[in-house]
Amino acid sequence: MDMKASKKKLGLKERYAHLTRGLDWETSYQKMDDVFPFDKFEGIKIHDWDKWEDPFRLTMDAYWKYQAEKERKLYAIIDAFQQNNGHLGITDARYVNALKLFITGISPLEYMAHRGFTHVGRHFRGVGPRVACQMQAIDEIRHSQTQIHSMSNYNRHYNGMHDFKNMIEKVWYLSVPRSFFDDAVTAGPFEFMIAIGFSFEYVLTNLLFVPFISGAAFNGDMGATTFGFSAQSDEARHMTLGLECIKFMLEQDPDNLPIVQKWIDKWTWRGVRVLSLVGMMMDYMLPKRVMSWQEAWEIYFEQNGGALFKDLARYGITIPKCVEQVTKDKEHISHQVWSTFYQYGGVAAFHTWMPSDEEMDWLSAKYPNTFDKYYRPRFTYWREQEAQGKRFYNNSLPMLCQTCQIPLVFTEPDDPTKIAYRESDYQGEKYHFCSDGCKEIFDNEPEKYVQAWLPVHQIYQGHCFKPDVDPTAPGFDPLAAVLDWYNLVDGQDNKDFNGSEDQRNFAAWRGMATRND
Amino acid sequence: MSTVFLALQTNDDTRPLIEAILADNPQAVLREEPAMVKIDAEGSLVVRRSSIEAILGRPFDLQELQINLISLSGHVDETDDEFTLSWAH
Repeated sequence: MDMKASKKKLGLKERYAHLTRGLDWETSYQKMDDVFPFDKFEGIKIHDWDKWEDPFRLTMDAYWKYQAEKERKLYAIIDAFQQNNGHLGITDARYVNALKLFITGISPLEYMAHRGFTHVGRHFRGVGPRVACQMQAIDEIRHSQTQIHSMSNYNRHYNGMHDFKNMIEKVWYLSVPRSFFDDAVTAGPFEFMIAIGFSFEYVLTNLLFVPFISGAAFNGDMGATTFGFSAQSDEARHMTLGLECIKFMLEQDPDNLPIVQKWIDKWTWRGVRVLSLVGMMMDYMLPKRVMSWQEAWEIYFEQNGGALFKDLARYGITIPKCVEQVTKDKEHISHQVWSTFYQYGGVAAFHTWMPSDEEMDWLSAKYPNTFDKYYRPRFTYWREQEAQGKRFYNNSLPMLCQTCQIPLVFTEPDDPTKIAYRESDYQGEKYHFCSDGCKEIFDNEPEKYVQAWLPVHQIYQGHCFKPDVDPTAPGFDPLAAVLDWYNLVDGQDNKDFNGSEDQRNFAAWRGMATRND
Repeated sequence: MSTVFLALQTNDDTRPLIEAILADNPQAVLREEPAMVKIDAEGSLVVRRSSIEAILGRPFDLQELQINLISLSGHVDETDDEFTLSWAH
């Protein structure tokens, strides 16, 4: 990097003021309420938009300059990675399955975040948040593009990454991250800022982009490391935006407190549920582990999030109610989610496997209270079954939570041997939930969540087959028809890593890279 | 007192930054992780332009931090001369 520091005529604060506040005006031909129709209905009271102050004070000219520098670095690395067959330098091909989950489950969210911030960047009447949201909207589309570009090199060589755009709208487990963003973008602009700007960016993305991407580096994946850190360098700005939005709402009017508190409680829990996928990626899908999910949770949620909530206490904000439960769950969720995907590996766009002895020992050491007691016996049994040629696949369809859309696989906070079930009645129908947190979210806004597109219900209703399929035909195989509709090839994109084409190809190519035969 | 942190990529651009931050913040603790460092500090952490320029031997715009910054916590206060993280008000 060689950038000349320019000779400044104005200080940072003055430049920021001129390039944000100085570009705004009060409308006179049209009423401000008509121009900005969405920023009042949620009940948030704002008296003085000029009190909004973006702490980063990044102006558009500086923004373009630094983003361009990040892009140059990133694409130089992607070129080098491709030209040197960087994919053969990863620890082992199981690692690629974490990237499959990333491209299908996370990159499309970046695009939805782009749409969401474009929307709120238009609809806040204060110019400070509008400018900041516009920059974030551009960041978010950059993230989806750079992730797609970085991973396209893997797509050439490995299965399951070929149709993420189609899969995010159809595949059962991808409805979990998708419903999170659908919920956020269909909320009002202030709730969207809490959902994405605060809970997702400030409280939770550290867990994805910092320890997981550091883990990618540990596993030899230069491509993912670079897009991950390049994206996270924008997240630092996004976090301060989310935090500023919270402080701004709380400082503007005391009536905003209960609304903000409810959103914080809701979106912290929604985020925790989505991140259970990341927990599984860290504990099971990185062949070389960097830290356990529990350790990452303690650093980035308990210490970092704890400091934040302590700071917000002066406005009357209390720590989200779910924290008591997540403190217990952190020793369990990654194991429970991996168990689920192992069983349902026949309908996933990535491979699953049972951990090796050495990996199980690592899990025992990291989870001394839970792994040997609850999970090792189950995994040992499944390994025995596989050794006998009876690899277990669960072909039944599970009950899904109406709110987070995760199958009901999580256990009671105080009894890890009992699956948690909750239910609510609404307009003569029964709705099912995985937890108190999800039930409460539904009960606060049932008219929203009854509209959820639940993959299992949709399969049973016959909506998940191609149009020319006849479910009444003799010998009809519904699961095969669903896979076909997902655009997944049975025996190629799904099932166990052992025996997969990915496993064979990686071994063959790595051999070719080191020998001359 | 709560902790703030700054996480940076490890590369040739950030080595002088990390050196300056550790010199200016005796309370800071450096954690080295694969491809990155996380600098934790009780209460507050300051990044000073003058300290970085003294090590680099060239003018430095503090906003260049954007390029290699991975994550942070705390309230940000940014001026031409200092970038400060703290939980103070």
